[in-house]
Amino acid sequence: MSAVVDKHGHDHGHGHGHDHGHDHHGGYSGVMRWITTTNHKDIGTLYLWFAGTMFFVGGMMALLIRLELFHPGLQYLNPDFYNQLVTSHGLIMIFGAIMPAFVGFANWQIPMMIGAPDMAFARLNNWSFWLLPFAATLLLGAYFVPGGAPGSGWTLYAPLTVQQGIGMDFTIFAVHILGMSSILGSINIITTILNLRAPGMTLMRMPLFCWTWLITAYLLVAAMPVLAGAVTMTLTDRHFGTTFFNAAGGGDPVLYQHIFWFFGHPEVYIIALPAFGVISQVIPAFSRKPLFGYASMVYATSAIAILSFIVWAHHMYTVGMPVTGQLFFMYATTLIAVPTGVKVFNWVATMWKGSLTFETPMLFALGFLFLFTLGGFTGLVLSLVPIDIQLHDTYYVVAHFHYVMVAGAMFSAFAGIYFWLPKWTGKMYNETLGKWHFWGTLIFFNMIFFVQHFLGMAGMPRRIPDYPLQFQTWNEVSSIGAFGFALAQLIFVYNLFTTLRRGEAAPQKPWEGADSLDWTHLPTPAPYHTFETPPVIK
Amino acid sequence: MMGSKQIRSIVAALAGLAAFAACGGALALDWYFQPGASEMAREIDVLHQYVMWLIIVIFVGVFGFMFYACYAHRKSKGHAAEQFHENTTVEILWTVIPAVILVAIAWPVTKTVIAQKDTSAPDITLKVTGYQWKWGYDYINGEGEGISFVSMLKTPRDQIENRVAKNPNYLLEVDNEVVVPVGKKVRLIVTGADVIHAWWIPALGAKQDAIPGFLRDIWFRVDKDKAGVYRGQCVELCGKEHGFMPIVVRAVSPEDYTKWVGEQKKKIAAAEADSTKEWTEAELVARGEKVFSGVCAACHQGNGQGIPNTFPPLVGSKVVNGPKIAQIDTVLHGRKGVYRPNTQMPPQDSLSDVDIAAAITFTRHSWGNKPKENVVQPTEVKTQRGKK
Repeated sequence: MSAVVDKHGHDHGHGHGHDHGHDHHGGYSGVMRWITTTNHKDIGTLYLWFAGTMFFVGGMMALLIRLELFHPGLQYLNPDFYNQLVTSHGLIMIFGAIMPAFVGFANWQIPMMIGAPDMAFARLNNWSFWLLPFAATLLLGAYFVPGGAPGSGWTLYAPLTVQQGIGMDFTIFAVHILGMSSILGSINIITTILNLRAPGMTLMRMPLFCWTWLITAYLLVAAMPVLAGAVTMTLTDRHFGTTFFNAAGGGDPVLYQHIFWFFGHPEVYIIALPAFGVISQVIPAFSRKPLFGYASMVYATSAIAILSFIVWAHHMYTVGMPVTGQLFFMYATTLIAVPTGVKVFNWVATMWKGSLTFETPMLFALGFLFLFTLGGFTGLVLSLVPIDIQLHDTYYVVAHFHYVMVAGAMFSAFAGIYFWLPKWTGKMYNETLGKWHFWGTLIFFNMIFFVQHFLGMAGMPRRIPDYPLQFQTWNEVSSIGAFGFALAQLIFVYNLFTTLRRGEAAPQKPWEGADSLDWTHLPTPAPYHTFETPPVIK
Repeated sequence: MMGSKQIRSIVAALAGLAAFAACGGALALDWYFQPGASEMAREIDVLHQYVMWLIIVIFVGVFGFMFYACYAHRKSKGHAAEQFHENTTVEILWTVIPAVILVAIAWPVTKTVIAQKDTSAPDITLKVTGYQWKWGYDYINGEGEGISFVSMLKTPRDQIENRVAKNPNYLLEVDNEVVVPVGKKVRLIVTGADVIHAWWIPALGAKQDAIPGFLRDIWFRVDKDKAGVYRGQCVELCGKEHGFMPIVVRAVSPEDYTKWVGEQKKKIAAAEADSTKEWTEAELVARGEKVFSGVCAACHQGNGQGIPNTFPPLVGSKVVNGPKIAQIDTVLHGRKGVYRPNTQMPPQDSLSDVDIAAAITFTRHSWGNKPKENVVQPTEVKTQRGKK
């Protein structure tokens, strides 16, 4: 790859024959700039701010939950409100925080990594983002209608959802809008990757982050309509006299679960695959060594994506499905361990005999690797029918999926933010504070969730506002951990804002081992328009 | 295979490393499966230990490499990066070996799955119904056939709301326990009346979702030498009181079981007499107070005030102060939410005629309610029950 830096973005009227507005922001300033923007970097920024805000909203809900669970007995919340918090925390963290964060990364990075000037459908991109605030308003607005938000858990199982108040309808429409946003965003990502790659940027030369997003986008297009279908059936069961999920009318409550998890399991990988992509950029960069098995990583990602569609009923071992069903879904689920193992082995092999340094992005990547693997192993434990029957719907499951979602996706998102922040802003974050953030997050994360494995094995059901006395000590440990975790995130907020305001100027290439086009072909910070003429990759 | 003691000490050591060396003393707490009281629960435990050992070995192996690299291959020690990548032999090995390990796991597990599903030839068959928020039990086959009762949380609201000290079995105690003989195969036919619940006794390794409109079955057999009380909770979110509908199974010797069945049959006969006899006002109010605080107070509150905009007050309520027939109907068949659908009053038809009559009479004597018709007899409930 050539090391020539493309500075075109800053030279207006430099004789390329472009006749664009010669204005960075499409002629608008202030709020209108952000509302009307079609620039992939602006939209990426919007996604990331949105995700960050939702992360703190969802986090506050988690703190309330942990506050109530600090001691047995009902302290602060009534059970109905507690259920509402449990539901919203899940929905907001998944659809409001994690997914938009990774779409934000995709918007910023994919065009720069493949040498494209922008996303393929720039206006559609604007709309994909601006649907989100409407969905968030509906999700949170549900708290202010009679009856409050739904208290059914984020899985929205029928027939409990049929009993809920108007807040349920708000949530259903929010899910519709979120689904639309995801599908439009995915179409954009697929088209961009397939059509806008620079000459010489073959598919198998793309940074792995682009590969994982390409596959994720296909998963989204396939899975989101299924979720929309499930909640729409709930909507018509509620209001229009259908009985999809009501046995009295020939329906089946378990049908909802089948449809939901047909979306829900691919959803796990929709969240995990872009996280794998970020890690696959960060680990080679700080190992100063190419990814060990690029091709096998691509194949493993595809294998995971395909398998994710045939394992959904492992979330439902206790509904009473036939033994053949249990066995099929158990075997299929355990198979996922093979491609996931390939990925973990590849990351470790990439580090092997490298030249390692441990800046904050690398620390978060290693935290990811260690803890996500732990979450993967508890996933293997849960894939086994008899053990799952003992652990289903207990805190063991809560611990398991937080290892995957928090230690997996969120650690990876932090790795990405610290890794790319200098490229995006031209400012360097404070490394010491970054390390404090990492260690605080790591320690308190385990304090919250490691002990929840014990609670689950000892028999504590999930989604209860009050619990028997023998569970008290671990719950106390977990709740203290939650507040420590929140404090650690405040370090991040402080670091972020001071960096944006008065951070030191970042060097052109702060990470020695980074080798994608954004680092090798573009100045730091990346100008508003990049790759107006495609780079030629040799 | 290693013993459970060794596993416990290793996991305990990991736990200590992971987060909180400071709470070392606390490791003596409940952190593993409850001791199994059935062969199935123990089998699950053994499988779990087997898989955990494999996992620990793999985990230590893989992350041994990672930490060694973090230690030895760091730039600060002057390690220069080698640029090797891709090695077909290694890549095939690390695909095939995990697959082989998976087969080694799947083989013993499959046998247990099949055993767990075998509900044939039970000694006793019990129908379990999940209600919002209590459990109904009907002995439908085998010794005890015909026994039928509802089982509800016995922990007083005062304990839940932290006004008095909590019992040792806080939230795990019920008014009517399920009684089964040890050493006998008990088949449960599980269903739900309103939404999905889930029946679980951890020490028996038996869990089944209670799905409205469908019957699903599981089984358990308590070990011959493990007579005792086994406790669990509903494990599927089923609304407001999900955390407050425990399950208690008392396993007794076959002789004691026979005795218990005899007592229950007598009670059934007495209840039959109760529901036909004429009750005095005072008797009804006294009994009604108990029923009210156990069932109704969860929503309508002990003072009958309800919760504003959520659960309607009974104080001055039109239904409570109006004709009694309407109130009987409401209690029997439930009612769509006054404020919101998710707080609809669930039908209480699983309660006996006497309990319903008593509870209604109680509400008609309390908190200043002074309706004209203030006594409801069980026979009136019985008549009304048959209608609809």
